[in-house]
Amino acid sequence: MRDEKLPSVGRREMLRYGIGATAGLWLNDHLRAAEKEEPKPPSQPEAGKPETGKATEGKAKAVIQIWMWGGPCHIDTFDPKPEAGNDYCGPLANPIQTSVPGIRISELMPGLAKLADKFAIIRSMTHGQFGHETAAYMTQTGRMPGGRLVFPSVGAVVTAMKWKDGNSNNLIPPYIVLTEPQGRFSEAGFMGIRYKPFATGGDPNAGRFAVEGIVAPGISDEQQQERRSLLNRLDKLQQAMPGDATASAAKTAEGEAYDLILGDAGKVFDLSQEKNELRQKYGRTTFGQSCLAARRLIEKGVRFVTINFGGWDTHKEHFQTMRRKLPELDRGMGTLIADLSDRGLLDSTIVWCGGEFGRTPKVDWEPPWNGGRGHYGKVFSSLVAGGGFKGGQVVGKSDAKGMEVQDRPVYPCDLIRSMYRMLGIDPDGNLPHPMGDIIPVTPSKEEGVQSAGELKEIT
Amino acid sequence: MSRRSSWNWKLLLRAAAILAMFAVASLRQLPPAAPSISCAAESPAKDRKAKGPQQPGSKAKDDPLGAAVQAWESKASGSGGAPALNQNPFSTKSDAASPANRIDEFVFERLKQKSITPADPCSDGVFVRRVYLDIIGTLPTAEEARKFLENKSPDKRRVLIDELLEKPEFADYWAMKWSDLLRVKSEFPINLWPNASQAYHRWLRASLRQNMPYDRFARELITASGSNFRTPQVNFFRALQNRDPQGVTKAVALIFMGSRAEKWPPERLAGTAVFFSKIGYKPTGEWKEEIVVFDPNKGKTPPAPAAPATPAKPPASAKPSTTAASSAPAKSAPAATAPPATAPAPAAPPVPVAPLFPDGTPATIPADQDPRIVFADWLIRPENPWFSRQIVNRIWYWLLGRGVVHEPDDIRPGNPPQNAELLNWLAKELIDSKYDLKHIYRLILNSNTYQLSSIPQSKDPQAAVNFAYYPLRRLEAEVLIDAICQITGTTESYSSMIPEPYTFIPEDRRSIALPDGSITSPFLEMFGRPPRDTGLESERNNRMTAAQKLHLLNSSHVRQKIQQGPALRTILESGGDGSKTAEMLYLTILSRLPTEEETYAVQEYCRSPGGGQTVAWALINTTEFLHRH
Repeated sequence: MRDEKLPSVGRREMLRYGIGATAGLWLNDHLRAAEKEEPKPPSQPEAGKPETGKATEGKAKAVIQIWMWGGPCHIDTFDPKPEAGNDYCGPLANPIQTSVPGIRISELMPGLAKLADKFAIIRSMTHGQFGHETAAYMTQTGRMPGGRLVFPSVGAVVTAMKWKDGNSNNLIPPYIVLTEPQGRFSEAGFMGIRYKPFATGGDPNAGRFAVEGIVAPGISDEQQQERRSLLNRLDKLQQAMPGDATASAAKTAEGEAYDLILGDAGKVFDLSQEKNELRQKYGRTTFGQSCLAARRLIEKGVRFVTINFGGWDTHKEHFQTMRRKLPELDRGMGTLIADLSDRGLLDSTIVWCGGEFGRTPKVDWEPPWNGGRGHYGKVFSSLVAGGGFKGGQVVGKSDAKGMEVQDRPVYPCDLIRSMYRMLGIDPDGNLPHPMGDIIPVTPSKEEGVQSAGELKEIT
Repeated sequence: MSRRSSWNWKLLLRAAAILAMFAVASLRQLPPAAPSISCAAESPAKDRKAKGPQQPGSKAKDDPLGAAVQAWESKASGSGGAPALNQNPFSTKSDAASPANRIDEFVFERLKQKSITPADPCSDGVFVRRVYLDIIGTLPTAEEARKFLENKSPDKRRVLIDELLEKPEFADYWAMKWSDLLRVKSEFPINLWPNASQAYHRWLRASLRQNMPYDRFARELITASGSNFRTPQVNFFRALQNRDPQGVTKAVALIFMGSRAEKWPPERLAGTAVFFSKIGYKPTGEWKEEIVVFDPNKGKTPPAPAAPATPAKPPASAKPSTTAASSAPAKSAPAATAPPATAPAPAAPPVPVAPLFPDGTPATIPADQDPRIVFADWLIRPENPWFSRQIVNRIWYWLLGRGVVHEPDDIRPGNPPQNAELLNWLAKELIDSKYDLKHIYRLILNSNTYQLSSIPQSKDPQAAVNFAYYPLRRLEAEVLIDAICQITGTTESYSSMIPEPYTFIPEDRRSIALPDGSITSPFLEMFGRPPRDTGLESERNNRMTAAQKLHLLNSSHVRQKIQQGPALRTILESGGDGSKTAEMLYLTILSRLPTEEETYAVQEYCRSPGGGQTVAWALINTTEFLHRH
């Protein structure tokens, strides 16, 4: 029996995870019931089989992921090692105390230091991967690449599992990337295109945040109306084949698109509705305003926002880059956490910050690097706040020079499982699969993915 | 269970199959005893109930695709009546002409039996657009469309088909399709690396350009040995995520037999995997070069570290279900699945698995022979029930949007062809033409069936599966952006996240001609370009989503092309009373002339460049432009 080892799901979960998840995706993907790629609920469970791995009701409803593509240095951010000396710290040798006694972070992040009671730092993240792609895949799917399946990222999984809980009439996409897509990382994996995030494009820090497709600078609503009616008049083939499934699906998609262009839904991207003072606090940078946009999106029921904050691959000019980027991170993420907290949203929103790995603890002083840091997957840091995670905590420990995990390794899937737990997603449940295959949400024991257990310390 | 048991549907049905074959006996060289086209025999019993003996291979209503198809179909015929005839520029009202070739006999006979009225023939305007898009993945220019429309020659359709089949874009477009199936991609999760991707793509393109016989094409891919840079065919193996013998078997079965080997009986899969158990991978001094070799000692020694595969598993471990779930973990975390366990055992596999062909016939592999050659010889024999059928079925699927067996890469007893005679005949034509793929294209494209309008005349839910009309399909991502670029006279920029070696993409490179799945653009990603992970046809998603529609209606990307594109500007700045501009816009975007009513509707707009842009924008957003029709 092939199924014995794999967790089975009860009918309720089946409905919830499979059919439920597909019912309300962005803009009610119509037509789709008939389509092959439609993820089907796991096909098998029989009546009478015990339901395993029932989802508990988690506190968290949504996630804001601050994705530091390139790999931020753990020593220069959340795991300072001033005692290790100049070869390890370079000029950033004076970390500051946070509001939580005993926890120090980089001197360039005073704003976050004041909020340390609201977040937990994981200082013992590890996967041992030194290549961007593999590491990015592991940190965002919890699995190793290379099998027949390409696995979905946390964002796609949360979207699939949690969207049903939201407002299914919501026109705003449930999974959004601010602003540029991640490129080589296929977020949706085998679950397919419908679980890919909507990448906004544009710049939230610009006068008008021109979200691709939703906001067209220079075209007024009246002009949009007029264009629409011209299009309707010229759409002859559409008129010639009423009832054709493909044609009507295209027309439906068009109607939904117009609801965003002309309806109220698109206004969520209008950051000018926010007080100027608050906008300044977030920082008038693309990243800072992305953090603000993320909060607005979460308020409107979006389930997963990735802020794609690149530029951390600092083989050269490392410290100069840190001096530029860390204050930006500090303002943006600090204000985000505080703002969410002020609005009572932090309890239901996980803020997850990290990159695909850390950087070599020992500084490359010699040419051509001249003070740079290489890729480092043996140990690195991540941060989580909100959504029920305990603040003011440090999980795990790296050794004196930030070279190895000294205490309590945390593998990507451990963190991911813990987040799912907080979200009320059963980590041992099953994913929607296009062919109805039984694929567990997080790697089963048989997959042989390294794990050191969920983060009970902070949940 | 005997070895044959699960395949003896072939034997059981052979007698009936012989009957079936007499229907086309005069065309056949194959001995009836070799049911080369065995799926033909799938449903004679049902047929006898349903229809007369003339159609022994025909499939009755109780189609195993059953409910799913019908659900889909009933949607298709959902609302609204038949459109007003002849009021549209899409079809012509001519009597159902005499069959252009045998295809029409098979298809129209079936439609007649089922009392399904086929669609009218498509108009010239529809035809010229359709064949350009279908054959070369490229929109006709206004001049090309006009030239065809003004041509009075009765055989102009045939002539155009022949011309298009010889265009270089034919090779570009179909190399793209094959690159999807063969996973031509530099990196992640396929790891061909840029040099090898480019070499592989060049080889595919050249093979299509010179119309390499399909049997040779397959044989070269399956049996190649050599460097991934210098013998591009070897990348067939390198482009697999799972390179263990069963993984290779599954890929070979999928691509060349249209069969999902994971659904085979496990002993059959294990037996066939023997043919692919002696493939070695050797690194060289050159960066990222790898030599694929016949390694007779493979499996007797510890596995080469280059191959991520675990050594050939004894068949006992092959579980009955080779689902994704069970195969994925086997591959992951090479560190965790410790190879040493198998290494020291001198008599490594307890019982050596005997090689079996996929039909269950035992095979003998001479001692020093590369077993892949034995397999290839078996595969490409004319008698092989899978080989020719699967490719003609795929071509049918590519051109008509639906396979005679559907899905086209899931051929199995439970999924019989909708029209077995049709498939048989095409397969026979392929064999008789010495595996000339263009011959098959030509037959299909010249048929009246292919040239039907996309506006159905029947609400019968069976109309679509019996090819009673040409189905509407959204343009593929690459074709769509190329068409928009052509109309506007603009180009696209692409990116690859692979840091090096640096790949130069010329400014005017069209998307259909991209050599590497890792080279991409946000548009291609949004519009469902396949990720090239699995080799399944279903990877390509041409469904129109709201996000895509938003992009076309209102993104800066498309807006700038329309506002700034030099080709469009030339049309819009030509001045006049607007009717000329309207005509040019219609020819350029929709490949047809506007009707009087349409000219009237847009003339006013077309008098100013800004208004003309709005018309162009609207036409680009019509269902007519966005779909093959």
